[in-house]
Amino acid sequence: MSASAPASVKDASTPTPPLRRGAPARIRKLAAQGPLFTAAVLVLVLLVLLAVCAPLLAPYEPDAIDLKNSLAGTGPDHWLGTDQSGRDILSRMLYGARTGLLGPLAVVGVSTVLGIAMGVVAAWRGGWVDSLLSRSMDLLFAFPAMLLAILCVAVFGAGLTAPVIAMMIAYTPYVGRLVRSIARQEQTRPYIESYRVQGWSGWSICTRHLIPNITPTVLAQSAINFGYALMELAGLSYLGFGVQAPTADWGVMVSEGQNPLLKDVMLPALAPATAIVIAVVAFGIVGEGLADRVSKRER
Amino acid sequence: MNRPLLRFLLGRLVGLVLVLLATSFVVFSAVHLAPGDPVSFLMRGRPVTPQARAALTAQYHLDEPFARQYLLWLGDVLGGDFGRSVQFRQDVGELISQKLPTTVFLVVYAMVLVTVVGLILGIVSALRPGLVDKLVLAWTGTSIAIPSYIAATVLTSVFAVKLGWFPLYGAGEGFTDQLWHLTLPAIALALTFAGLLARVTRSAMLDELSREHVEVARSRGVPESQVIRKHVLRNALGPIVTVVGTMVASMLVATSIVETAFSVKGVGSLLINSVTVKDFPVVQALTLLVVAAFLIANLIVDLLQPLIDPRVALGGDPK
Repeated sequence: MSASAPASVKDASTPTPPLRRGAPARIRKLAAQGPLFTAAVLVLVLLVLLAVCAPLLAPYEPDAIDLKNSLAGTGPDHWLGTDQSGRDILSRMLYGARTGLLGPLAVVGVSTVLGIAMGVVAAWRGGWVDSLLSRSMDLLFAFPAMLLAILCVAVFGAGLTAPVIAMMIAYTPYVGRLVRSIARQEQTRPYIESYRVQGWSGWSICTRHLIPNITPTVLAQSAINFGYALMELAGLSYLGFGVQAPTADWGVMVSEGQNPLLKDVMLPALAPATAIVIAVVAFGIVGEGLADRVSKRER
Repeated sequence: MNRPLLRFLLGRLVGLVLVLLATSFVVFSAVHLAPGDPVSFLMRGRPVTPQARAALTAQYHLDEPFARQYLLWLGDVLGGDFGRSVQFRQDVGELISQKLPTTVFLVVYAMVLVTVVGLILGIVSALRPGLVDKLVLAWTGTSIAIPSYIAATVLTSVFAVKLGWFPLYGAGEGFTDQLWHLTLPAIALALTFAGLLARVTRSAMLDELSREHVEVARSRGVPESQVIRKHVLRNALGPIVTVVGTMVASMLVATSIVETAFSVKGVGSLLINSVTVKDFPVVQALTLLVVAAFLIANLIVDLLQPLIDPRVALGGDPK
C-alpha cells in the first residue's frame, strides 16, 4: 500500500494543493487508495460544490426563456449553448446538479438507516424476529426499485416525492441483507461476548460497537447505491414521472434534448447525459474503492 | 424424483405463490390508498358518467366490504380477467397479449447480445491480465454507468440521425425487419447488463483459475484450451447463470424506458403510457406480470444450479 502512495499523492496534488501539506490524515489515507479513487472523490466533491454554489456560479436564471436565442451554439455568452427555448444550458446543468443529488441523498440516507436497523435487529435477535424481517426483505426484493417507483407514481401522481419514497423502501433490503450477514459474522467475535459478560445491554453493544464496526462496509454499499439511485431517478424524470418539466434537472434535460437531437444539435441532450454518466462512474469507483479498503484491512 | 428435491420444489412454489399474493394485495389496495374515492381515482381526468361508475363498481366490486372486494378481484385476475383498459376501451389481457411479442423479441435479442458480449469480454479479461484486462475493465465500468435512456439518446443521434443506418423508431414487421428496427433498442437495453455480466464472468473465472484443481490439470499436461473449457469455464458457470437469470426481470422493467425512447409499441411503453394517462387496470396487470416473471426466472435459476454443479444439493441443509 505504501508503495503506491507517492504516485497517487503526486497525482492528486495537481488539482488541489491542500493535499500536499498539512492535509488531515484521513484525506492522505484516502489518497493512498490510488489515483483513480482520488480523482473520483475529487469529482464528487466538485459536483457537490457546484450544486451548492449554483446560484453564485450560474450566469443566467435556469429557466430564463429567450426564444430568439433558441439552440445557440457554444460561445462566450453561453458556454454550453442554449436549449430549444433559448435557456442557458450551463446554468440549467448547475441547478440540475441540485435536484440530481438531493433525490438520491434522501433515498440513500433513509435506506441506509432503515437497512442498518433491520439488519442489526435481525442478526441480534435471531429466531422468529430474524425470519420475519428476512422474509419481508425477500418480499421487497421481488419488486425492482424502478417498478415500485412507477407504481407509486401511478397511484400518487408525478413529482419527486412518490418515486423517492418508493426507492427508499426498495433500496432498504439491499442494505439490510448486507448488514444482517456482516453483523452475524461480527457477533461471533470475542469482543462482543466480553461486553455481554460485563453486563452491557444489547442496545449499547450494538450502537456503540457493532454498528460503528460494520459502518465502513455499509458506506461502500451506500456509495454504489447512490449512483444507481441517481441513474434511476434521472430516468424517472426523463420519463416525466420525477422532477417536473420547467425545473432544471439532468433527466428532464435529456428528455428535452431529444427534439434538438433530430436537428443534429447534440449538446442539449449530451451535456446532461455526460454529467449523469460521470457522476454514476465516480460513485461506483468510490464505492468499490471503499469496499476494497475494508477487505484489505480485514486481511 | 428424490424426496428433498420434491420438498424443495414445493417450498419454493409455496413461497412464489405467497409473494405473488402479497404483490397482488399491494397492487389491489393501491386503488384505495390513492387520494379520493376509488371511482374518481380510476377515472381521473375523465368525466364520470353513471354508466362508467356502475361498470367500475362492478369490476372492482366496490359495493362489497374491502376483504371481499380483494378476494373477488383476485378471483377475476386468476381467471385472466384484469378488467378493461380505460384508455383503449379494450380487455387488459387482450391488450397485453397483443403487445407482449414485441417486448419478448426485444428482451430475447438484448439477452443474446448480453450473453455473447458479456461472456466474451469477461473471458478475455480474465485470461489476458494486463493491458487488455484494464481496457475491458474501464469499458465495463463505464458501460454499467450508462443508463438505457442515455444509450438510446446517443445511439439515435449517431446511427439513426447522422448516419441513417437504422430507423428512428417503430418495431417493424416480419422477422428481419423487426431485427433491423430493434437493433438499436436492443443495444441500448443490453449495454449495462453486458458490462455487469462481463464483470461477474471475469471474477468467477479468476476465482476458478486460482484453484488447485486447475493447477493439477495443467501439471498433468491437459491442454490449456481444455483446462479453460472443462475446468475453469464449467465451474464458473454457476454465478454466471444466476446473474443472467436475475437480469430478466430488471430487463423487463428497463424495456419501459427503451421502448419509450424508440417509440416501440411493446409492453414497456404501454406501462409508461398507462401511468401517464392514469390507466390503472393496465398498470396493475403489468406490475403483476413483471413480479411473476422475476419470481419464475429466479426459480428456474435455482433449479438449474444442480445441473451445472452436481455438488449443489437442492433442499439439502442450506449451509
